[in-house]
Formats: sequence, structure tokens, C-alpha cells
Amino acid sequence: MSADTAVRAAYSGRPVPGVAEEIQAQLVARFRDRLRNAKVLRPLLVHAEIDRKDLVEVCTYLKEALAFEHLSCISAVDWKDRFECVYHVTNWHNGCQVQLNARIPYDEPRIDSVIGLWHAADYHEREAWDLMGVVFEGHPKLERILLPKDFKFHPLRKDFAQEVDRQYISRRKLKGGK
Amino acid sequence: MPEFWVNMGPQHPMTHGLWNMRVKVDGETIVDAEPEIGYLHRGYEKIMEVREFQKNVVLTDRLCYVSSITWSHAYCLAVERMMGLEVPERGQWLRLISLELQRIASHLMWLASYGPDLGLLTGLLWALRERELFLDLIQLMSGARMNQNYPRIGGVRNDIPEKFGAMSMRSIGHFLKKLKDYEALFQDSKVFHLRTEGVGKISSKDAIDWGVTGPNLRACGVDVDLRRLDPYETYEEVEFAPQVWKGADGGDSYARFVCRFNELRESCRILEQAFDKVPSTGAYRVKPPRRAEGEGVAHTEDSRGEALFYVCGDGDDRPYRVKIRSPVFCTMAATPTLLRGNKLADVVAILGSVDVCVGEMDK
Amino acid sequence: MSQPLVAPNLFEVCKVLTVAILELVRIILEGLGNAIPPLHDPLFGLAAFLLGTFVVTVLTWIIAMTVILLWVTLFNLLTVMWIERKIYSRLQDRYGIMISIWSLPLWPFNRGTRPTHKGTGYLQNVADGVKLLQKENLTPATADSAMFHISPVLIAASTLMIFVALPWSSGFYVARLEFGLLFVLAAFSLAPFGILVAGWSANNKYTLVGGLRAAAQLMSYGIPLILAVIALVFSTGSLNLFDIVQQQDRPLVELGLFSIPAWYIFSPQALGFVIFSVAIVAEMERIPFDIPEAEAELVEGWTTEYSGMRFGIVFGFKWLRMIAGSALIAILYLGGWSGPVFAIVYAGPVAIPIFPEELYFLLKVWVLCLIFIWISWSVPRIRIDQILQIGWKRLVPYSLLAILIGAGARVVWG
Repeated sequence: MSADTAVRAAYSGRPVPGVAEEIQAQLVARFRDRLRNAKVLRPLLVHAEIDRKDLVEVCTYLKEALAFEHLSCISAVDWKDRFECVYHVTNWHNGCQVQLNARIPYDEPRIDSVIGLWHAADYHEREAWDLMGVVFEGHPKLERILLPKDFKFHPLRKDFAQEVDRQYISRRKLKGGK
Repeated sequence: MPEFWVNMGPQHPMTHGLWNMRVKVDGETIVDAEPEIGYLHRGYEKIMEVREFQKNVVLTDRLCYVSSITWSHAYCLAVERMMGLEVPERGQWLRLISLELQRIASHLMWLASYGPDLGLLTGLLWALRERELFLDLIQLMSGARMNQNYPRIGGVRNDIPEKFGAMSMRSIGHFLKKLKDYEALFQDSKVFHLRTEGVGKISSKDAIDWGVTGPNLRACGVDVDLRRLDPYETYEEVEFAPQVWKGADGGDSYARFVCRFNELRESCRILEQAFDKVPSTGAYRVKPPRRAEGEGVAHTEDSRGEALFYVCGDGDDRPYRVKIRSPVFCTMAATPTLLRGNKLADVVAILGSVDVCVGEMDK
Repeated sequence: MSQPLVAPNLFEVCKVLTVAILELVRIILEGLGNAIPPLHDPLFGLAAFLLGTFVVTVLTWIIAMTVILLWVTLFNLLTVMWIERKIYSRLQDRYGIMISIWSLPLWPFNRGTRPTHKGTGYLQNVADGVKLLQKENLTPATADSAMFHISPVLIAASTLMIFVALPWSSGFYVARLEFGLLFVLAAFSLAPFGILVAGWSANNKYTLVGGLRAAAQLMSYGIPLILAVIALVFSTGSLNLFDIVQQQDRPLVELGLFSIPAWYIFSPQALGFVIFSVAIVAEMERIPFDIPEAEAELVEGWTTEYSGMRFGIVFGFKWLRMIAGSALIAILYLGGWSGPVFAIVYAGPVAIPIFPEELYFLLKVWVLCLIFIWISWSVPRIRIDQILQIGWKRLVPYSLLAILIGAGARVVWG
């Protein structure tokens, strides 16, 4: 059964064996070298790295051509020399999951929003903005969601104080003594 | 009468947790809704970067305190996938048993809170009485009733006692008889049907678009259960039927209620098979490496939907980044769609059927 | 049939007490008058005045009203509250209130084991009342102070007014009104006014919504209530509660040892009974009709802003209205205080009936309350628009049908 017919079948509720290799093959065939490091990590997981300008195109292809209707998660990771937005997209028809790591330069943390494709991106992108400071262009209402509305920092960044930085500092020392 | 915003919460007896639901009402009909969350935000993802891998299980327990084992298990699964660790078979079976027991306890807590939402205070005490049976079993297995710290990276913390299978089967037999009482109290009551049928309808297309998962999605007719669609542990070796709403009028509160209620029976069925098939001897745990590098992702079927953990390591003995995807967080985005067009008195019925747990929503 | 314990009349019984007290006062006054000669005439005159009809009547009425009030609030309210708390606890598979007089710390056998939940729990409600008394009476700053303080009084007064005309047996009543039924129903229907004022005056969105809902519900269920009573009046021909009970005091069918009495529930008025009961449950604001006070959505509904004893008053009067509603149903449809067995024991010249009418009446009222409590704690609550739909679209047509049946039965059977 080719990936196309597998993809268009009704929700069978069971995983389709071998679907991850087919999806990887289709993605590589479509996007060639814009997709770096495409590999099948586990029987139902495809991993790929893309650049931030290809994000909407890849996601549109995943949603419309390959029927990946469900956006599981958008994570933002701070690797100190770059940001990475990791998208996990799931196909409910055959159980396959695609992980896209989109690289973002550190000094300009902007990326396109996929809210036009999946409304689920709404809250995930707001959380990534809130905690990590990544701006999603095209999002209608990018506001803080978990932290208070007037909070000034983005706590998940690595340059925001970590808990261990403040441990074992006595009050005397904090006040400027020794 | 002009439209005005009503705050349901943050202090409210029946929103089950600390969050604020702002609804814009025109008379008695809801025109728009806007949830305000973050009152219980504890900075989990930041704290988890500072603790060693195993110590984070204490924290993930408290994400959704009603259903702790499922969350810690998802985290352990993600870390094991990052490390490339394989859990021995007996460990996988023990994990499955603990997960299903926890799922039953969590669904009973939901049932206990849904009754008073609608005015049926007797349901509260009956469901809590049955939940005691399963909390006792969980305590026998892991030592605690809540926040058990039971899953380990590489297996589970300890073995089950002897005759645990027989004790559980006795409790389950008693529980299955009591389920008939619950059906008489809830499903057979005409008033219950009046309150929940046709209320809070969402189409399957909207549900998938907004990221709704779990029993809320199955109530719309979409057969998606991650225990079968992307099996983990030994779920491939047990036979069970995900409760999907068959029929054209799904997606309302009654369908969500029925799907989640019938999962209690299916979990009992899984437990019966598990106690037959669990190997009586064997290791239940392997020792994980101390440091790890790479990425690991695990998505499991939590009591409320799809719980996803994405863990990154950079060679240190603690995670570099942990991302928690909570099903209730995503369902919260769908609440304006669920609530629009219904009456103000339906808000509690709808939100109760969606099963909100604020701990996992706010991390 | 049976006889009342308070015979022939509460007024006469209280008059005995009043006259006894006033005779005592007269003896003292006359003694004083005899002892102090210059004050003889005024004191004797005062004594004669005190024993005149005016003072005796006024004092007797005051004592009679106090007796009825204490009977209703001290005895009946406590008992019905106790029944409710015990019954719903047992439905929920738990013991319920158990603190009793044996749990007090002053007993010597209690020193070692605390707390002792060994009793029936009758005193718990008294303890809760005392607790409410010692709470702070908060008034919201932006509330309309006069209305806020008046509305509990309105609700309490309109409910207690019902018990003036509601007899507890053929002798235990305060006022014997020719239009007793009309008066009782009118006093019952004053409640929406007080609730609306309470909900509005607290200046709170929740209480306003609750008060409006309560007013809508009570007004729309008052109509089938009155229509069902109209259907009944076709059979009774009188609005006098005593006449209605009298008419039900005869046997309908004799089955050897037993006989089915001619209660209106067994007559073509059965449909009216069902409608009246449903409407009364809605008037009492019990689950399934308690959306105005729905804790799930509106915190406490229209009673949210009340604290301390004001809350105790509006809360306790829900039970008093339940007692009044059950008493009405018992009088109108279940034969009131008439009962089958009857025996008299003579203590000297005084005849004491063994199973007096009050006993039968109390039994019927308490059993009805038990049924209402049982229903309340077994079903969820209905939404306000569904409540209004049931009231207008179902109950009103059925009550019109009941009127037709009642009138038709009157024509056919005379």
C-alpha cells in the first residue's frame, strides 16, 4: 500500500507499518537539500532539520499532501548560539509523527507562525513567546499566557538566572557583605 | 440587556482548579469566551533543567496530581528514548498495570467532580468511595496514594507484592458491579440527559484543528487512542477497545461523558489481561547511564489526552531542555469554540465534561 | 375518627395559661391592696381590668402565636433539618451528623475518648445555629443598605405568615380563616419579592442573576400551583382548610378490616396532586429546581453576600417553606390530620387521645419531606430555561386539563 492511499484512509486507529520510511522518502523527494539530516528515529518517528524560511512551505506540504492534521507541540530551545523551534506534527490516520527542528539565529528570534494551518499553534506559540521570547510573525494576538501580563523577562532563556545561581548565598552576602 | 463580561473564577467552587474563565454574555447566551490561565504556573521547565534526570520524576508527578503515574511515565519514556535504553519485559508490564490503575483513579476523580457540577452531590461521595479501592491498590504497589514517585528511568521503583493480582481482581470485580449503580445515577437520569445532550458541541474537524485529544476527541467520532495508534510498553499485547462515539450526534458533553465513563470498563479489562500475562519473574529495572546527550520525544495517552515530553540533553547529568505538552492546555484553546452559543448555566457542565486539571495546564 | 390533642382550640388552651397567670397577678395585687389601705381602690380596679376580656384576649393571642412559632421553628424545623442531613448522608453511604448530648465534654465518661460520635446528631443543627450567630455580619460597601437588611426580614415574615393560617390539627391553629387556602397561597407567593430585592440590593452580578432567575422560576410555577388548587376547589366547594380536611375524613371503599379513606389523591384530583407536588418542589427551590441557589455556577446565588445569622435566616426559611409546602399537600390531598385508629384514655376529667390528630399530621408532613429530600439528592439540577419550559409548556396545560377533569367530575358525580 503506498503512502498516499494509507494516508487517505479513514481513521483506522492502528499504526501502518513502514509508513515512516515512506514519509521520509516523500519529504526528501519534495524538498531535497532544504531538508537536512532527515532520518527515521523510531518506527513511527521522522526527524528533519529545516531553516526557518522553509517552515510554512514544509508544514503546508505535510498538512495538505500528507494529511498531517494534528499539531502536537511547538517547543523553543535555547542553544546559546541559536534558537531552535521544534515542531511535532502527528498524522492521526497512520500514527506517524514528524519532528521538524527549525533553526533561528540568536540575535533575531523571529519565525513565521503556522496558525493559518493549525489553530492549535495559537497557545503553543504564545507560550514560546512568553517563556523564551521567540516572536511568531503572523500570530494575531501574541501575548503572555502563563506569566503575568506585565512580566518583563523571558525566563526559559539560558541567560535568565538559574536556581543554582542563587543557592547558598547568605543574606549578609546578598546585602553586599562577605 | 447589553453584553458584559462575567468572570467565572479564579475563586469559584466548581472550576476545579485555579484559572479564570471570562465569558461574554448577552442575557443568558454566551457570545465569546476567553480563558485566563497561568495562576498555577510553577516554572517546571526551568526547574527541571537544574535537577538530575531521575530527580525530575518527583516533579513530573505533581504536574497533574490526580494522575501522577501517567505523567512521570511519559517523562521516563522520553528520557529512555533519548538514552536508547530498553526496559525489561516485567518492568513494562508493571508500568502498564500502574498506568491503568492510575487511569481508573483519575477518571473516578473526574466523575466525582462532575456530579456536583450538575447538582448531583451523591455522585461525589459514591465515586470517591470507589476511588478508595484503587488508591489502596496503588498504595500497595508503590507506597503512596498520590504523587507516588513510582516510574524510574529504566523501569519501575519496586516490585509488586505477592497476591497483588488476586487482590486487584477482587477490587475490580466489586467495582464493575458498582458501575451499574453509576449508570443508574447518571445515564438513566432524564435530567442528566437534559443537561448534557446537545451542550458544548464541537465538530471533529474543529477538534482536530484546535489540538483536542483523548476522550474529548473520541467523543467526536475520531478513533484515535495513542495506546493503539503508537503503542508503547506492552499495549500491543493486550486487547481493548478505545471508546469512540458511534453515531452522528457526537461531540457534545454527553458523548464526552460516555466515552470517558466507558474507559473505566476498558481499563479493568486491560488489567485482567495484564495480571494473566505479566511474567512472574524477571528484572523490572535497568540502571540508566548517568549522563546523556541527544533528543527524545514520547507521546502517551494520559487520562486527559495526548501528553508529550520532548527532552534534550547535552552530555550533562541533567536535561538541557524539557518541554511538556499538556492536553488540557490545548483543549483550553478550544473552549471558546465549545462555549459559544450555549447558555451561561452550561459553562460548568461543559468544562466539567472536558476534565480540566490545572496543574498540567499551567506547568 | 381521631381527636386533636390541643382541644378544642389553641386559643382556649392558651387562655387557661393566661387566666392562671393573671389570677396569680390578681391575688398579688389584691393582697397588696388589702395591705396598703390608701391604694385599695386603684389596685382592685387594676386587677379587675387585667382580668377583663381585653387584656386576657390580647395576652392569649400573643402566647398562642409564640407557641405556634416555637412549634414550627424549634421543633419542626430542627427535626426536618435533622431528617434531611441524616437521609442524604445515608444515601451517600456515610453516617451523617452524630454529635449528640452524649458528646458534650462535661460528661465524666467522655474524658478518655474524644470526639464521641455516638449519638443521633439532633443537636448539631442547634450548634450550627449558634455558630452562625457568632459570625460577623458583613454588609458590602456598595450594597443598598436598607434593602439589603430588609430582605431577610421580608422573606422570614412572609414565610411565618403562612403558619398563622396553617392548622396542625382541628384544634392546633392560630386563626381559622374562611379563605384560609387563599391566604396561605398568597403568603407563599410573596417570596419572589423578597428574593428579588435580596438579589438586587447586594450589588453583585452573581446575586442579581440568581435573584432574577429565582423570581422567574417562582412566578412561573405559581401559576400551575394555583390552577391545580382551582381544580381542587371544584370538588371541595370551599376554601376553608378545615372543611377540606373534614370532607376527606370519610371512607371511600371498605375492604373488610381496612378502608381506603376518601383522600383527594384517590379521586379524579390525582393529576392535580402530581402538578401541585411538582410546582411545590419548584416553589421550595429544591434540587432539581434549585438553579437560583446553584452553588456550581453562582457561588450561592442570591444569598451570596449574606453572612452570619442573616444567612441563617434565609437558609433556614428554605426548610420552613418545605414544611409549609408539605403541610399544604397533606391538608389538600392526603386527608390532613385524619387517621384510622383512635382510642381515648381518661386522666380524670381530661380525655387524652392515644393517636391524636397532630401525630398523623406530623407523620404525613415528615414523610412528604422525606420524599422531597430523597428526590433532591438523587437527581441533577435542571437549567433555568429548561425549568421555565417545563413550567409553561408542560405544567400549565396539564393543570388546565386537571381543571377540566375536576369540573367534569363535579358535573357527573354531583
